[in-house]
Amino acid sequence: MTSDVVTTTPKSAATATGDQTALTVDDVTVRLGGRTVLDHVSFSLTAGEFTGLIGSNGAGKTTLFKVILGLQPTTSGSVRVGSGRRTHKDIGYVPQKFLLDPDMPLRGRDLIALGLDGQRLGVPLPSKTRRARVEEMVEAVDAGGFADARVGRLSGGEQQRILIAHALISRPQLLLLDEPLANLDLRAAQDVVGLLSRIATEQRIAVLISAHEMNPLLPVMDRIVYLAAGRAASGTVDEVVRSEVLSELYGHHVDVLRVHGRVIVVAGTGHDEHVPDEQAEHHHAGEGPPPVEIVE
Amino acid sequence: MSAAIFAPGFFSSSPVQLAAAVGAIVAIVAGCVGVFTVIRGQSFAGEALGDIGAAGGSSAYLVGVAPLWGFMAVSVAAAGVMEMIGIQRTRGRDLATGIVLGAGFGLAALFLYLGTTYNNTTGATVTVLFGSIFALDTSVLPLVAVFGALAAGTILLLYRPLLLASVSPELASARRLPVRVIGGLYLLAMAVAVALSALTIGAILSTALLVGPAATALQLTRRPGRAILTAGMIGVGAMWLGILLAYDSYDWPPLHHGWPVSFFVVTIVLLAYIASRAVPARASSR
Repeated sequence: MTSDVVTTTPKSAATATGDQTALTVDDVTVRLGGRTVLDHVSFSLTAGEFTGLIGSNGAGKTTLFKVILGLQPTTSGSVRVGSGRRTHKDIGYVPQKFLLDPDMPLRGRDLIALGLDGQRLGVPLPSKTRRARVEEMVEAVDAGGFADARVGRLSGGEQQRILIAHALISRPQLLLLDEPLANLDLRAAQDVVGLLSRIATEQRIAVLISAHEMNPLLPVMDRIVYLAAGRAASGTVDEVVRSEVLSELYGHHVDVLRVHGRVIVVAGTGHDEHVPDEQAEHHHAGEGPPPVEIVE
Repeated sequence: MSAAIFAPGFFSSSPVQLAAAVGAIVAIVAGCVGVFTVIRGQSFAGEALGDIGAAGGSSAYLVGVAPLWGFMAVSVAAAGVMEMIGIQRTRGRDLATGIVLGAGFGLAALFLYLGTTYNNTTGATVTVLFGSIFALDTSVLPLVAVFGALAAGTILLLYRPLLLASVSPELASARRLPVRVIGGLYLLAMAVAVALSALTIGAILSTALLVGPAATALQLTRRPGRAILTAGMIGVGAMWLGILLAYDSYDWPPLHHGWPVSFFVVTIVLLAYIASRAVPARASSR
């Protein structure tokens, strides 16, 4: 994990072949029960790029994912996946909560296979091509050591890998991951981030990963979509994570501090200044990178 | 030697043959459906459907039609009501089940009372609640086969979407699968399986056949398809062994009048489950 944040550059391989837009979110507004959850959100994703969707709880990340998946109608605005018609095959999705009974009779590779043909009727017949595709994905996410174990008994990081393979096996253009690092320790989080970055480049897939902390993603993020109170700013990290941009987004002054290659966002004005307990604990523990402070 | 195990007349007895055929069909269907009952955590709903079926079985006696129709009609209707109350929401699940369960038992109490009082069908209570597979009419076999094929066919047709929706509703809906429709169809298949099971081992005990072999199979295999096959085999084994023991028990004390098949089936299922928990960790590891 490099500590050089400021000079994070877009992957040249991805940009050299020209811009293949994998997702366009165009002026999307969602109102739910009188509350504006997403407020004129616009951004686009390019194939092969790794994008972080950063925002605190309640900033609208999950709603935005539902909009992209077509599960949440928009009040106004539109979403386009790839070149136009959206199908389930074009989006791979890894949900946030994934709790399985340890006794569930389902191996990792069974779950991966369901990514290929889970929507089909009937019982799957033994097929060499199917097995080969599953094996290919098992290797792509380095799951060889645990793909035959029951999914419910795997660790959080192992389950993430299986779910990523499940999402990727149908060869989508876009991979959405909802808070995949939330329940992982630092090491497992780094492994998953590295894997996703590699997959984005190698398979030319646009990866959009939501998180409330941006620091674990800094070394690999090509672009950032920063959500606050339903509004979004997008661009490269250097373009977006600046005092002027985030102050504008939050609607009051915010300072962006860079400490040892990490970014801390703090409220700039006197009475708003505070460090939440949860984050103070992180500092004491001295393990994880200090999280972004989200100012409300 | 074999005469000590298979009492004279066992294989040539037509009630035994019918019971073995019906029991096997029902156990296989219960295996198909039951694995998903356990995976989806809907054992309580299955239990409720069976108990409610008692109202159907008892009303069938009252109006003089075959009990299977009563079990079937009431279980399927109850599944519909549960669906409407909101069994698909985790928080609504227990509530929906509990409400329907209570109402079903109330009706069963009424019908059994009316049946025993006015129609003099004294055996009805025991038959409805605890089953009597040796007293089945031969005309029931084709019905059992048709309903069984419907329930098992639904499960096999929906196999992959149902598995995905049971593992993670979120993953299923991200693939545009109609999770709610799948859940509703599953509930219907479960109602049919429970009704069939109620016919053989009784309304009260019907979930034992649905959940027991499936739960045992989950201990023994890590693969969903194999779990279904294993559950079916355990169910058929328990059913046939139960029938054999019940037939043999006509010579047993204290009454020399035969012990109920349901007792043997349920006990065998329980013992199989306990044994499966004791299987060395390696076989069921991770």
